[in-house]
Amino acid sequence: MSVIAREHTGFVPSLRRVYALVLRHTYLLRSSGPRILELVYWPTVQMILWGFITVFLVGHSTWIAQASGVLLSGVLLWDVLFRSQLGVSLVFMEEMWSRNLGHLFVSPLRPFELGCALITMSLIRTLIGVGGAALIAIPLFQYSIFSLGLPLLAFFTNLIVMGWAIGLLVSGIVLRYGLGAESMAWIAIFAVQPISGVYYPIETLPVWLQYVAAILPSSHVFEGMRSVLFDHTFRVDLLLHAVLLNVAYLAAGFVSFLAFFKVARVRGQLLHVGE
Amino acid sequence: MSSSVVSVSHISKHFGNLIAVDDVSFDVVPQSTTALLGGNGAGKTTTLSMLLGLLLPTAGSISVFGVDMLRDRYRVLPRLNFSSPYVDLPRRLTVRENLTVYARLYGIIDIGARINALSEELQIGRFLKRPYGQLSAGEKTRVVLAKALLNEPELLLLDEPTASLDPDTADYVRGMLEAYRKRTGTTMLLASHNMSEVERLCDDVIMLRAGKLVDRGTPGQLLARYGRRNMEEVFIDIARERRLELAPDDQQAAKP
Repeated sequence: MSVIAREHTGFVPSLRRVYALVLRHTYLLRSSGPRILELVYWPTVQMILWGFITVFLVGHSTWIAQASGVLLSGVLLWDVLFRSQLGVSLVFMEEMWSRNLGHLFVSPLRPFELGCALITMSLIRTLIGVGGAALIAIPLFQYSIFSLGLPLLAFFTNLIVMGWAIGLLVSGIVLRYGLGAESMAWIAIFAVQPISGVYYPIETLPVWLQYVAAILPSSHVFEGMRSVLFDHTFRVDLLLHAVLLNVAYLAAGFVSFLAFFKVARVRGQLLHVGE
Repeated sequence: MSSSVVSVSHISKHFGNLIAVDDVSFDVVPQSTTALLGGNGAGKTTTLSMLLGLLLPTAGSISVFGVDMLRDRYRVLPRLNFSSPYVDLPRRLTVRENLTVYARLYGIIDIGARINALSEELQIGRFLKRPYGQLSAGEKTRVVLAKALLNEPELLLLDEPTASLDPDTADYVRGMLEAYRKRTGTTMLLASHNMSEVERLCDDVIMLRAGKLVDRGTPGQLLARYGRRNMEEVFIDIARERRLELAPDDQQAAKP
């Protein structure tokens, strides 16, 4: 009698295999206290820094005084984007560091399922990291990002999806160019930070850069966040822009990851992972 | 439908100007153990990687269990497995965690029972709770073999299965593979430098040199063909391009 279960071999991703890989990274996470601490550490440090800047500016800036949570909300939501991208890329690079890709891709696991596992782990890591920082902000600065209400869910979802898309692209690049390109995981996302309007309105940017900002889901999210905080209005138009862009971003992220995977199979990079 | 488990037809692999594998064809029959032999850079690992679908050939076709590996490898992957010293398992995970993850990937029905059976067979029970990265080379080899046997593969591909093992552990691994094949009828294809391993385990030997298939036969046929007493001497003859003048019958038998 066979020891394995019969299973479909179609295009639908197998939840069992996605779960197997999520389990692998959950084992890793729970085996290391420093890893969990590191997830919360940077978002918390950032939150504290911007919290004190807010405390200072409230007395010196009428703009900040109108909505004292604007900087703290900005930094926490920015960390959602950064941590979700980093979550995908780092979890993928764990497989490269442990020279495990050969075993994974000889198993029935498909690259698309690996991608699904990466984004699931990214969600878990982001919730731990940014969620922890958001909770610490409540007693420390008497500010709760959860006071944004339901719009927070829309902002969070859009930013995490954008992070996944960029994370998948970065993972593909690291697979293609080797671990020498791993610094991309930490720096890539910062290219969009100045244009996303995290801490200031998009209209602050030069006009030509505002056109660039318009094609970033994140800029619509941060504009939407300021609209809620300053005008107490949820801008559905901005949400729709972000959602449509994110659909395209996520599709592009998966397509690029699969394309880089194919190139890796041509060049023999699944067995010989290195710099 | 092909009666071969593996059918390789005119595969080549080029990396830029480097020709790693050059127009290689061979079949592997069910329940046999076939060795891919050759010196460093002969193309053994490249050939195995193409068989596994980890590497795409520049030309040629590969079918496993009658399925085209370049088009449909996911239909076949649940039925095969492999081990290689060049591919590791996550070092921070315990042995049991690693095996559990792969058991789930392969869809093992009773994971606990399967891991227990393998840990008894491969004597890895005493370090199931230890992180994989803390094991010795011999212990790691046994764990990777356990991973390779999780799904009771009908085709097992082994890249240098006893590389870097001390003679005692290497002998143990060979004995285990012999017993496993007898018990399950698994077809094995292994790449090796170790000639005593090949003589002991294999009923078919494929010789590669500089990416080309240069000879093939049973260990007995090759010994007779080269007039040598052991496979090590045959290996050196082939690596140095020495060969006895063959009788016409032997020439026919030696055709790749």
